[in-house]
Amino acid sequence: MTGWRFVSEVFFAGLGTMAFALLFHVPARYYPRCAFTGGAGWLVYLLLKGPLGTLAATLAATLAVVLISRFSSVQLRCPVTIFLISGIFPLVPGLGIYQTAWALVQGLLEQAALTGFNTAKLAAAMVLAILLGFEVPGSWFARLARPFAGKQKEGT
Amino acid sequence: MEAGHNELVFETAALAGEILVASGAEIFRVTETVQRIAAAYGCPDLEPFVLSNGLMMTASDGRQHCLAKVRHIPLSGSRLDRVDAVNQLSREIARGLHTPAEARARLLEIQVMPGKPRWQQVLASGVGAGAFCYIFGGTLADAAAAFVAGLALYLYLLVAVKGRLSKIAANITGGALVSLVANLLIWLGLGSQLSMVTVGAIVPLLPGVAFTNAIRDIADEDYISGAVRMLDVFLVVVCIAFGVGLAAAGWAALGGGAQ
Repeated sequence: MTGWRFVSEVFFAGLGTMAFALLFHVPARYYPRCAFTGGAGWLVYLLLKGPLGTLAATLAATLAVVLISRFSSVQLRCPVTIFLISGIFPLVPGLGIYQTAWALVQGLLEQAALTGFNTAKLAAAMVLAILLGFEVPGSWFARLARPFAGKQKEGT
Repeated sequence: MEAGHNELVFETAALAGEILVASGAEIFRVTETVQRIAAAYGCPDLEPFVLSNGLMMTASDGRQHCLAKVRHIPLSGSRLDRVDAVNQLSREIARGLHTPAEARARLLEIQVMPGKPRWQQVLASGVGAGAFCYIFGGTLADAAAAFVAGLALYLYLLVAVKGRLSKIAANITGGALVSLVANLLIWLGLGSQLSMVTVGAIVPLLPGVAFTNAIRDIADEDYISGAVRMLDVFLVVVCIAFGVGLAAAGWAALGGGAQ
């Protein structure tokens, strides 16, 4: 992968994440953080995909998205869902779902089973990462976010 | 504690819970918010039981009577702005900034809070589709095609469907529409990889919110809600795949080359 492709993919991941934040009616003041979350997740995915494979990369990237979302939620005092849901979108195995459906329609049952199983594995990796990410005690995020929380005055 | 006060608090807490469930909040958040509001107004004996599509609550009204409320809340789209607003309000209530009547008035405002304008949603669907097509491995031309298909998809969902079709029918036809538009654009020369264009453009249909919430509900041991949401995810994905496959098969039968 060329350097240009790498940078532009991270940028587009952030842009796409922001677009989805809008579709879920996230308030506009959170857009930049949503874009950052999605971009960072894709960055982790791209970096680890080569050395560790897609499965481990998806797990690590989802974990990164969960941790960043939890940090942002503590820092900006808002529901974690706002960042988590939009940030996780680039990692959803849409391609696998499509390929499975296509193979099914074409009558290629063996291929459908294979891609379907791989897609389910990716989804399972995301499930695992989300569960793992929420096991981290909330107090750690509170301590981490304290130096950054001073300027937030919204609604107080 | 006088009876009228308890009744008002009960109604206020129930309204907050109802808005949260309808906007796609996690179960524990709904339970926590309802209890926080009740505790802040001095009704700690209020008991909520929350499901992903319903809400049950009881409380004492201070005399011998029991207050009870059961609401069925259909699974619907996510409104994270409302979740955020109720969350903010419940923090303010906990700090004693609102009387129950004020809080209730604010909740009624939140309940009718307008979402993003439709043209912005359509544009966002296009931009999201294009961006995701690109990161999944499409070229810029593929991304442009996915952008158009994404626009078409949300135009269809917001203008033509508008809640008139069942969720199942909307997802099947949405998937089919995306697949048809993608095939057509490639036939016309915009974009080259059919799979990339289609994948990018169906992303706006994918149930990311339900998926994430399902996992979180199960992690919080809200198994019923988690399972219901997982079923929702599974059904939606199968419907999209079915729609895409149907249209692809139809296009191939018409003589267009599938790849």
